[in-house]
Amino acid sequence: MSSVLVYALHNNGVINKNSLGAISEGSRVAGELGGQCDVVVVGGADLTNDVLAALGNYGAKKVYKVDGAEGLSQPVIDAMAQLVGANGYNYALFGGGLLGFEIGAGLAARLDAGVTMEVTAINVDGGKAVAERPILGDSQISISKYRSDLGIIIGRINAFEVKESGGTAEVEDLAVTFSEWTSRATMVTRGEQRGADINIEDAKVLVAGGRGLGAAEGFQLCEDLAESLGGAVAATRAVVDAGWFPYAGQIGQTGKTVAPKLYLAAGISGAIQHKVGMQGSENIIAINKDANAPIFEFSDLGIVGDLNAILPKLTEAIKAKKGS
Amino acid sequence: MKICVLVKEVPDAAVDKRIDPATGRLDRSGETNLNPYDTHAIEAAMQIREDEGNGIEVGEIVAVTMGPSGAERALHKAVSLGADRSIHLSDDTLAGSDVAATGYALAKVLESENPDLVLLGQQSDDGECYTIGAVVADHLKMPSVTQVVKMVVTAGNAKCERQAEYGYDTVQVDFPAVISVGDAINEPRYPSLKAIMGAKKKQLDVKSAGDVGIDAGRVGTDGSKVSCGDFKAPPAKAAGQIIEDEDTNDTVAQIVAWLEERKLIA
Repeated sequence: MSSVLVYALHNNGVINKNSLGAISEGSRVAGELGGQCDVVVVGGADLTNDVLAALGNYGAKKVYKVDGAEGLSQPVIDAMAQLVGANGYNYALFGGGLLGFEIGAGLAARLDAGVTMEVTAINVDGGKAVAERPILGDSQISISKYRSDLGIIIGRINAFEVKESGGTAEVEDLAVTFSEWTSRATMVTRGEQRGADINIEDAKVLVAGGRGLGAAEGFQLCEDLAESLGGAVAATRAVVDAGWFPYAGQIGQTGKTVAPKLYLAAGISGAIQHKVGMQGSENIIAINKDANAPIFEFSDLGIVGDLNAILPKLTEAIKAKKGS
Repeated sequence: MKICVLVKEVPDAAVDKRIDPATGRLDRSGETNLNPYDTHAIEAAMQIREDEGNGIEVGEIVAVTMGPSGAERALHKAVSLGADRSIHLSDDTLAGSDVAATGYALAKVLESENPDLVLLGQQSDDGECYTIGAVVADHLKMPSVTQVVKMVVTAGNAKCERQAEYGYDTVQVDFPAVISVGDAINEPRYPSLKAIMGAKKKQLDVKSAGDVGIDAGRVGTDGSKVSCGDFKAPPAKAAGQIIEDEDTNDTVAQIVAWLEERKLIA
């Protein structure tokens, strides 16, 4: 019997969508292996037994609740190592995101286990789980097999579909013996929003800007074009970290996932961390001066050129078209 | 305070990366460079040293790398950017190590150095992302924070800001600790000509796996707990249309026509 342990991330008691996907996938894989899928969560009073029992709807058999600060990797590594030691799980699964990388990697060190990240598919082959990971700008898929007792699988965000199966999970409070160094990391503030609260998830058209805009002022070109198309403006992580654009408008790994009818990327190179948040868009146009930018590999229309010259003229042309 | 900075030589961004079909590993021949993210880690170390208000005396900044011969180029670059000396962990038994084995091996080097702070770039262009810092930290029994974009350092701890799933988090870690940094954390300096010329004169120690007590059974292709010798092609996706902008009026007309065809101009 091979069982799967999933870490579920949450914010104020609301479980992350990628974690729900990981539970759904963990439950499917455990089913094929003839085992069960259990979940571990770390938090305080915001994690009610109702919220945790409801994870059974995604396939969780048992949910272990650990009292501690959420948002830090160390307490979760301690908790998962303890659970693997006690229950002998064969796979630890994460839905991706920043903490998934940290916890999965730390757990690999702690338990001398194999780890694969950015996993987009898990197959069961000969009674063992095998992880598929796209590499080299998604041009190839590497297939990971585990030689350790525990295999650690860190999913790419949005890789695992959320599936409701019905059911209620058993919830158990777990007392964890934390490592000495775990207490040396403390959360000062969590989830601070930077900049205006803007809505990009409901827009049918998004004009997204990246570092190629050159400066915060470059976003005016995106604003003008978005207005002409009746859409909204979004951004990459690099320019949000640089303070050019509000965090609420960020696409990708630690930002929003969008799938508008039209996604126009201006000055965006197209790193995987960005791609995972927008590849579901129906039509993708990219404008970039670098002909080798990875974004051209997944755009439907790619323009190699200077966005400062193209965007204003495009805005004018669309306005003229709509006026006619 | 002693700071160790983990650095890595990576294929130049302009080089087409490929897997060597014979070994299943990344083909590392051709032009290489110091991983750009690592230059931000060295800069972060230099700023801790140069900040006179933080009450910290940085005794030494040591650059550490693991890799085949040739990887010392990354160390030369690191010392030209300010590191005082460097260590090259080089051993045939390490070839083919996965991320967990690499982190273990690097941790063994760091153990022998006993640093108060370990800095590294959050990712490299050639493969492993975000994870190596957390592997190293757990072996060293130190707390770690990854993907840090702002760091306020005092004698006993660092307050680290990073973007996580729900906004910006600030995490305090008490030293000794491992911190990986993003490229928004600082603007790396350019090395002076004098620093480049002097780089080869700074102490560079080459260490074997045995020198730092690495268990050979836990590293290399055979010691790695993940085997990834098999590859397959991703589902084929139709290539998009590409327009080289030569006449912008004409380019814009083509974009508008493309949008109209798909009824995207409402």
